[in-house]
This record gives sequence, C-alpha cells and structure tokens, in this order.
Amino acid sequence: MPSDEERGAAPAREAKTPPQNEASTREGNTAMEQSRELTPPPLPPRPLHNLMNDPSASPASLRLSTRSSRPRLLSQATTALSLADAHPPSRSESIGASDTPSSRPVSRKQSPSRTVGSNDPGDQDDSASLKSYAPTRDPRFDGESIIGDISKYVPSPAWKALSSQVERDDPLEQLDPKTDYYSLQIEHEFDEIPPIDADGSNEEALLELWKTKLKHFFILSASGKPIYSRHGDDQLISNYIGIAQTLISFYQGAGDQLKGFTAGDTRFVMLSKGPLNLVAVSRLGESDVQLRTQLESLYMQILSTLTLPSMEKMFSNRPSTDLRRPLAGTDVLLDGLADGFTRGSPSTLLSALECLRLRKTHRQAINDTLLKVRLPGLLYGLIVAAGRLVSVVRPKKHSLHPGDLHLIFNMLFEAGSVKAGGGENWIPLCLPGFNNTGYLYMYVSFFSTLENSVPGSERPSSSGKDDELAIVLISANREGFFELQKMRNDLVAQLEKNGSMAVIKAAIRKGHASCSDIVPNTALRHFLYKSRGNVQFTMPSFEPYYHGLVARRRLMTLYATLHDSIHSRTAHLKVQHCVAHDAVALAWETPLFELYCVAGPQASREALTEGANRVVRWIRREEERVFIIGGAVF
Amino acid sequence: MADSSAPKPSSSVKLVLLGEAAVGKSSLVLRFVNDDFQPNKEPTIGAAFLTQKCQLPTRTIKFEIWDTAGQERFASLAPMYYRNAQAALVVYDITKESSLVKAKHWVAELQRQASPGIVIALVGNKLDLCEDDEEAAEEESSGASATAAADDEEGEESEAAAESTENNDEGNNSTARKVSLKEAKSYADEENLLFFETSAKSGHNVGEVFTAIANAIPETSLKGRNAGAAAGAGTQAALTGANENSRVNLNAASGDGGPKEGCAC
Repeated sequence: MPSDEERGAAPAREAKTPPQNEASTREGNTAMEQSRELTPPPLPPRPLHNLMNDPSASPASLRLSTRSSRPRLLSQATTALSLADAHPPSRSESIGASDTPSSRPVSRKQSPSRTVGSNDPGDQDDSASLKSYAPTRDPRFDGESIIGDISKYVPSPAWKALSSQVERDDPLEQLDPKTDYYSLQIEHEFDEIPPIDADGSNEEALLELWKTKLKHFFILSASGKPIYSRHGDDQLISNYIGIAQTLISFYQGAGDQLKGFTAGDTRFVMLSKGPLNLVAVSRLGESDVQLRTQLESLYMQILSTLTLPSMEKMFSNRPSTDLRRPLAGTDVLLDGLADGFTRGSPSTLLSALECLRLRKTHRQAINDTLLKVRLPGLLYGLIVAAGRLVSVVRPKKHSLHPGDLHLIFNMLFEAGSVKAGGGENWIPLCLPGFNNTGYLYMYVSFFSTLENSVPGSERPSSSGKDDELAIVLISANREGFFELQKMRNDLVAQLEKNGSMAVIKAAIRKGHASCSDIVPNTALRHFLYKSRGNVQFTMPSFEPYYHGLVARRRLMTLYATLHDSIHSRTAHLKVQHCVAHDAVALAWETPLFELYCVAGPQASREALTEGANRVVRWIRREEERVFIIGGAVF
Repeated sequence: MADSSAPKPSSSVKLVLLGEAAVGKSSLVLRFVNDDFQPNKEPTIGAAFLTQKCQLPTRTIKFEIWDTAGQERFASLAPMYYRNAQAALVVYDITKESSLVKAKHWVAELQRQASPGIVIALVGNKLDLCEDDEEAAEEESSGASATAAADDEEGEESEAAAESTENNDEGNNSTARKVSLKEAKSYADEENLLFFETSAKSGHNVGEVFTAIANAIPETSLKGRNAGAAAGAGTQAALTGANENSRVNLNAASGDGGPKEGCAC
C-alpha cells in the first residue's frame, strides 16, 4: 500500500467536489454513513487557485463541456467562463435531460440492500447525494479543469485522519495485497472439480478445492431444485444449495427479497426471476450491480433455451420440475458466460458490443452487399469476426439487443459447440431481448481467415478463436435453412467479388491496434471507450502490458471498480482518478461516452489526462470506423 | 477401387443422424467428414449440416448429413430433418443401456413417419471403451486364442467382441459394455436395419457404415443417376452386400477394417 505521503501527493479519488473548507466536515459525515468498503472516499480539500489560476493545470486537464448536461447543474452552469474554450457543448445537451439520477442503476452502495433484505435502497442514498451535490453547484467549477495540479497540496488533518479508511477504499489497493493469492488461484479457477468417489472418501478434499474457487454461480428453482452450478456436481453442492434456498425463501416468505450479503471477503448476490433464483458468489471485488448484470445474463441464456412461456408452463404444471432435463446440453453455454464474467469481459461490464475497425467505405460496401442479397425471410443478419461485429442487417423497426448479441457471441465463440463441428448449423433459439416468447432460427456458417480457403470449404476444426469469421442469419421460419444457406452463398460470393472479404480478413488478422498505435507516445497502457448512443465500445490490444489471464483479470478488476464508482448513485462522479503503486487510472463519464484509461505507475496525471483527451479526439475522428452507426437497415 | 477413367454418376443422399444425447453422433460425422476426433466434444445445439462424398465402384454418393442434437427439447424438430431423408443413422452408446431404448424409439418413429424407402442403420458407438472388457474377457474365456496378444488391433477387438458377448451377457457389471452385440444385432435383423458397432475415436467401422448405407440406397431413389441395371436387383444386391460387409467386418480376424476402407474420401 502506498504511504500517506504518496497518497497525499496524488489523492486517490476526486469527484466533482468543492475545495471549500466545509468539505472536510461533510466528508466526515459521508464517511460515517458509508461505513464499508467500496465507497468513494472523501475528497481532498484543495486550494481554490489551483483550479482556476494555475496555468500548468490547463493543458492536461479534461475539458468537460459535456458536464453541463448534468441535470442538476444545467441551469446554473451557463455562466462558466471556461465554457468558451471547451468542446462545443451542443452535442451533449440534448441527452442531458434523460440523464437523471433515477435512470442510473440502482445503488449497490451502502444502502440497506447491503444488509440482508431491504427492498428500498433509496433512502440513505438520497440524503447522501443531496449533501454531496449542494456545493458543486458553484458554476466556477463547471467546464473547468477537473484534475488540477495538486502538487502544492498539503494534506489537512482531516484528510490524514481519514486516510486509513481511504486506503481500504482505493480500488487499486484491492489488486495488491491479495494479488498473489488470487493470481495463483485464478490460474486454477477453471479447472474442473473431479467427481466424488463412490465411497465418498475424497469429499472433504473436493469441498476444499471447491471453496478455493473465486467465483460461483448457482441457479436453483423456487422450490430449491438445483439447476446449474458452475463448479462442483450436485452431490458436492447440495448442502450449499439447501442453505441458499433456505435463506432466499426465508426472506421471500417475509415479503422482503434477499438481495445480497457479505461474508468475509466474499460477496453474495441473489436475483429472483419468476420461478428461478440465481446466486452469484464472488471474491473478485465486483459490485452488486455488476454481479446482478451477470446473473441477468445467465437468466437470459435460460430463456434463450426455453422461452419464458414454456418455462413458466413447466413450473405452473409442476412446481418441482427439474429444469436440468429441458436444459440438458446448455451447461457449456452457461459455463461460457460464467467464465467470461470471471475472466472479466469488457463487453459485459459495459453492456456494449465491440466492432471490427473498418474504413467507412468498406463497411458501407459490406452493408450494401448485405442489403442486396437479403432474402425476404431474413430477420437479422450479422457478420461476426472473432467476437467483434463487422456488420449487421436488420429491419427498421427492430434493433438488436446487446444482451441477445452477447448470448449469440457466447454460443459461437466461447462454447465451442457450434464451431467445433465444422459445417453449417441451424439452431433454434429465443432472443429474450427481442421477444422472450418464441423461437427464432439461426443459420451459422464459420470461415477460417487463416489461409485463403475456398468459401464454403470445411474449416479446420482446430483453428483458433481469433481468426474466425461467422456469418449469422436469423429467421423466424423454422424451415428456412436452405433459403438462408443460399443467401450465405450469395453473400460470400459477392463479398469475395467486391473485395470486402479480403478487407475483413485483413482487419481480423491485424487484430486490435496497440494503445501506442492509436495515440502515439502516450502514457496510456489501455483504455475502454464506450459510446453510449451506439451501445458499442472500443479498446486497444491488451498486449504488451496485460499479457495473460492474471494481468487481464487485474486490469478488468480495476475497470470494474472504476465503472462501479462512476455509476454509483451516491457519488455521481463524473471523473475519477486513482493512483497506486502499480498503475494510475482515470474514469470519465459524459452523456456521450464513458472512458476508462489506465497508465503505468509513473505516469503523471497530466500525461494521463492528455492521453484521455487524445483518445477522445481519436474516437471523434474514427467514429465511423470503430463503431457501426446505423448498420444496414431495411 | 475408384475408376478414374470415366466420371461416375453422382447423386445426393439426404442422411439424418438420430439418437440420445452424448452417444457420439457428431463424433461419427466428424470422423467421417474430417477424419478427426475431439475428446469431450461439446453437445450439438440444434443441428449441423455437413456434406461428404463417398466413392462407390459405380457411382459417387454425396451425403448431405443432418447431425441433430440429441437432447429432448430438440425432438420436436426431428421430423424437419428426417422428412425426405433417404437414409438415417440411429446411434446408441454400447456402454449405456438406455441409449438403445431411445434408439428403438427413433427407429419406430422413422418407420412410421419417414419416407417409406428410407435406409436405416443402427450403430452402436464407443467400441473403444470396451477394449479392456474384451481383453479381460478373452483372457478369462480361453487359452485357445492366447496368441492374440493385446498389441494386435481392431479386427482383433471386434472378433473378441463377437466372441465374448455371450460371456459378458450375464450381468458382468464391472465391464464397460452394457449392450451386448447379440441383443442389438438381433433387434437390427428383426427390423431389417443395417447394423454396426463403431468407434468414432479409433475410426473403427465408421467408413463402413456410410459405405454400406451408400450401397443400400436403391438406385431408383437417386436423382441424376444413369439408367443402370435392373433397379430392384441392384438394390437387393446392395443390401446383401452391405450386410455381408458388416458381417465381414465384425467377424474378420484380420486388421483390414481401416476407417476409410471402401470409401475413398
């Protein structure tokens, strides 16, 4: 852990907080209320002139014209002098109105939901947020440098007194002390637990092994029947399923849903969905909202297999239905999702999709081709490369739900069922985001992009994940296979003819650009940029800094923490800056985008903010390359 | 065996694979199409469509294969796949008794619902899992075949399988095999099915299954073939040939049963 001195030199977090003296007293209150970990720590008091007058701060500061869209500030921010030299504010203002606090995810902070069984997490949050809002209305701070030069900063006694608490809260700290244990453990996280011997002699050992897993997911029916567990077989986990069921039904009986609880360093989060109860158990420091999102995704996978009406019918006919039977064979899909969450998936974290970067004209050519070969039976058509969307064709009145696409991508690229077989696939599935009551039929055909294989030829079944191109065509007609097969053939022929196929394959082979290619000479090592309007994100390659599972998981934990604090209802941070001995990080939210970036430990905050600004400029320039805007619509 | 001088008539055959989950349908197809095997293959979702050509002495058969998922929830889609199919491969797992029961259901459904001329092959897969049984049984049963050392290969096994079935029949629960060759064979004969025991893992008998099916398809039901010999006789011959073929493979002592034998693809 960094010493106080380090911390003083670079405060762990900065919200949009007033550098007035009253801040320290307010901080005291907040800190008391927010007694546990994960809370954004109080903000350091800062001399006013640093923000306004210190010229050294300005070149590297974030210019946040977009902050004017923050609803409670909107009316007063217009007098800010500095708006003039900020980005044109026009782009953001229209979105502002919808960005009310109530549209945010429900707080997972120190609300009563943290303790067992509250269904009203709002009360405390509201009072807390009122306090933290009031002083920030000062217009002088709008549109001005958020991250000033704090080198002249001297820690106040109050700051020092609170720093012990702050240390617990520093997101980067979470990575540190337990890193060794987690690093060791996560290497084995996905190892299978062997079955219990017939004589039960190894049960103890297996339970120990089971308990070392950093993350568990369980799904059980309302009557307590196990449906799914990521680790361990029924025999091993039956006791724990029983306990979970007892806890859940106890609070359900009282009309008071159990949402989550903490035991030691482990967080338990429950989600009840009709006849199903889903439980996530995590030691990876994820927030309740993040875990709940993951459970939602598992639930959507189940709906995707069964559809909502047929599942409900099964349970209404027989409440003790064993859902394992109808779900047989889908464990690989649930495992794929669960392991994706455990590894840390930017896509799930941000609830957004990633696209293959292509020139605008190239993407347009592909879109035109899709529209040209489209057959009347088609609902959606996707070209997907290594988990990234290349192009999409869809009806005007139906957009594609990111959750649905995530299920499809998971099926295609994580759970090897589809691609391993070679050949073409015809898969009935329900897209719950589109319509959770019925099945659609999905035609899937994979290509390898490695060699210049003849289109339609059999793929080598052992080819890696990163060189795969899939054409996915979805229809409501269960007999539509040959129609869609014809469309696929036409599509491939056309793409080959107009050179688009070569463009796509080249883009896939190129992979992610490294961070230094995107913004040369930057201190940044990695970033995530989510375009909120497009529900898409982009990121550079994890290499060379985040090679391997452990490094990636640590990076994702950092992102998750940043994401959590930015989306916290209590804090309403717009910018967060974290410093620790192994990285400095910045999260920045506007109505248009969310940006999370990470730099090495030596990077100054000027370098970090400069990098962030350059990323934003790069995105603006490349917007139509890195994102699919509109797609092919018919 | 392929006659390379003249292009042979070629025709497509729609073939569907049916059977309980996890009996090895996809693995059989993967072996046949790519000559590959993946242990712990993940379950098929929905159905996969693959094609593979099979060279016969007088013609080329292009199989259009529907490899269906075995889970119950997909059962309602099966008619879509076996409708108009000229051949069906009903697969069970010789180490799992319930899978033969399921296979019998599929055979009954096919006989009731599918096109009347459909050629059905019953296939017991996972023969490789029973190697140990056979060896053990062999050692126990007789010293006569003591010369047949364990290092001899597949022909050996199937012979042993044939021989030792009786021994294993009487509730020898420690062995992997749960469905005896005799039981399945007699059922297949009763229902007029082609019958094989295969191992997708080793490739044993896999090619033979498809070749036998190709031979058994009546020429009249083939599109785009030349007007050939008397169709009825041809079919009869093909069927006989196929049966012989299967018998030969199951009982032959020599190791001539390579997976691609008789199917140059």
